[in-house]
Amino acid sequence: MWVTQTVLKNQNKGTLMSVDQDTVRRIARLARIAVRDDELPALAGELNSILHFVEQLNEVDTKGVEPMTSAVDVTMKMRDDVVTSGNLQKEVTANAPKSEDGFYVVPRVVE
Amino acid sequence: MMSDLTKLTLAGARDALKAKEITSNELTGAYVKAMEGARGLNAYITETGDKAMEMAKASDAKLAKGEGGALEGLPLGIKDLFATKGTLTTAGSHILDGFVPPYESTVTANLWRDGAVMLGKLNNDEFAMGSSNETSYYGPVINPWRRKDSDAKLVPGGSSGGSSAAVAARLCLAATATDTGGSIRQPAAYTGTVGIKPTYGRCSRWGIIAYASSLDQAGPITRDVRDAAIMLGSMAGYDEKDSTSVDRPVPNYEAALGQSIKGLRVGIPKEYRVDGMPAEIDALWTRGIEWLKAAGAEIVDVSLPNTKYALPTYYIVAPAECSSNLARYDGVRYGLRVEGKDITDLYEKTRAAGFGPEVRRRIMIGTYVLSAGYYDAYYLKAQQVRTLIARDFANAYAKCDVLLTPTAPSAAFGIGEKTSDPLAMYLNDVFTVTVNLAGLPGISVPAGLSSDGLPLGLQLIGKTFDEETLLRAAYALEQAAEFKAEPKTWWTA
Repeated sequence: MWVTQTVLKNQNKGTLMSVDQDTVRRIARLARIAVRDDELPALAGELNSILHFVEQLNEVDTKGVEPMTSAVDVTMKMRDDVVTSGNLQKEVTANAPKSEDGFYVVPRVVE
Repeated sequence: MMSDLTKLTLAGARDALKAKEITSNELTGAYVKAMEGARGLNAYITETGDKAMEMAKASDAKLAKGEGGALEGLPLGIKDLFATKGTLTTAGSHILDGFVPPYESTVTANLWRDGAVMLGKLNNDEFAMGSSNETSYYGPVINPWRRKDSDAKLVPGGSSGGSSAAVAARLCLAATATDTGGSIRQPAAYTGTVGIKPTYGRCSRWGIIAYASSLDQAGPITRDVRDAAIMLGSMAGYDEKDSTSVDRPVPNYEAALGQSIKGLRVGIPKEYRVDGMPAEIDALWTRGIEWLKAAGAEIVDVSLPNTKYALPTYYIVAPAECSSNLARYDGVRYGLRVEGKDITDLYEKTRAAGFGPEVRRRIMIGTYVLSAGYYDAYYLKAQQVRTLIARDFANAYAKCDVLLTPTAPSAAFGIGEKTSDPLAMYLNDVFTVTVNLAGLPGISVPAGLSSDGLPLGLQLIGKTFDEETLLRAAYALEQAAEFKAEPKTWWTA
């Protein structure tokens, strides 16, 4: 169908930007996801095919078009600036894989 | 008697309970038995049969006194994306291992307020990212439908695949679901059920595990349109805990059903009729047009010129928002933790172990398009195209009241058939994703069978907050389609 054809067309066209393995490593670092070196080539391929697909948008003329910031046009309601909740330390830490005396436990961050 | 009870619709069961012809204890008991006997479908991640029987008992006490809410004593399945107080909530992800929320999502709280009974938590694609329910850490859900003369296992659609399979297999009266790019409507189409995604803001997102916050919206999957109207009436409503939920009264959706659609203007977007569309999908669509015309509707040709940019727009906006929303899974506050030599190592190891390949892919795409130097080229551009897509709908609605389209480009496909190609999988949402980008309500109604004997759905799209007209049209479509087919119950042991 047309979408499939469009994707294929786009994949053959070459693109403005293409991610290499170093970029994939950098993205993984930013996303805080450990990626092994042997996973990099496949990941780069997958990310590139998705990026090529979305770069179709370059052909749309968006000059002077406001970016959508809200799906539905409504004015956000204001609420009174008061405390509505609190004293939930026990509930908040109940699901922590490691906690002690109502605090989260993490590896030492300050030497 | 027991098996007959699961044949009732939500409305039928409600009326039988009110008339004291049955008890919630009997009804819920029948569903607990059906649920436990259908584990091979993998529709439920967590069964809460004991809790269901307790809730049924409380409902029976109310019903005996002539009291009770709109859903009193009716057993439902809950997509595992909704936080349920005291019950494991996983979002289909390994990273939420052992997470038991100390709070209840607003939508499910509304259902319990109205007397509904919880049977358990339904499987879904990991963090609702998928179109086939194959990305769940808890394994794929099996569609109760099979192709004619075949026992190949098919997908139930996604991401709400547990919801669609459970409703189709009669493992709950109705189910909650969520829809970010088609995750209610596409699985409904694949399983011969009804699924409605209401207008963005109609249901509170509070307590629903976030995927893409500007697109996510809750809605029900049900046996028929009336049941969808009843469920939506309970689920919807303003919630001060969700700043994007909209403060307007919830209409009586059920009252909209059965009203004439004479003079209703039904738009047919020409961009949805495409080269290479399977002939049976095209024929189904044409039949749908004829049915609505025969019911008195006026058919109008409309144009949505930016339709082909909807999927590329979605695959920038949704991953961008997901990369931000999923930053919270850090191995410190809840869920899975993999120890590391320092805090960063702990984060990276936990997230590598906890997220599946599709979720990792979307987080990385989102991280990339939001990273320094690329924001304008990708995210800003996508949000501009999104404005154009919404404008297309606004222009079309100057000429019509609802739109009619196919729900999905095919019937349910085989498990494993599309997992190797992410883009081929994304194309399943081509007819549904536009609706999320524009924030509109949409509903899928089962309308016929494929040559293989699998259900096919038609989608109606409505105007913002006009779910009443949408449901009225959907009811007329359902009456005309007379879809009565059911899957054979091959899954019971």
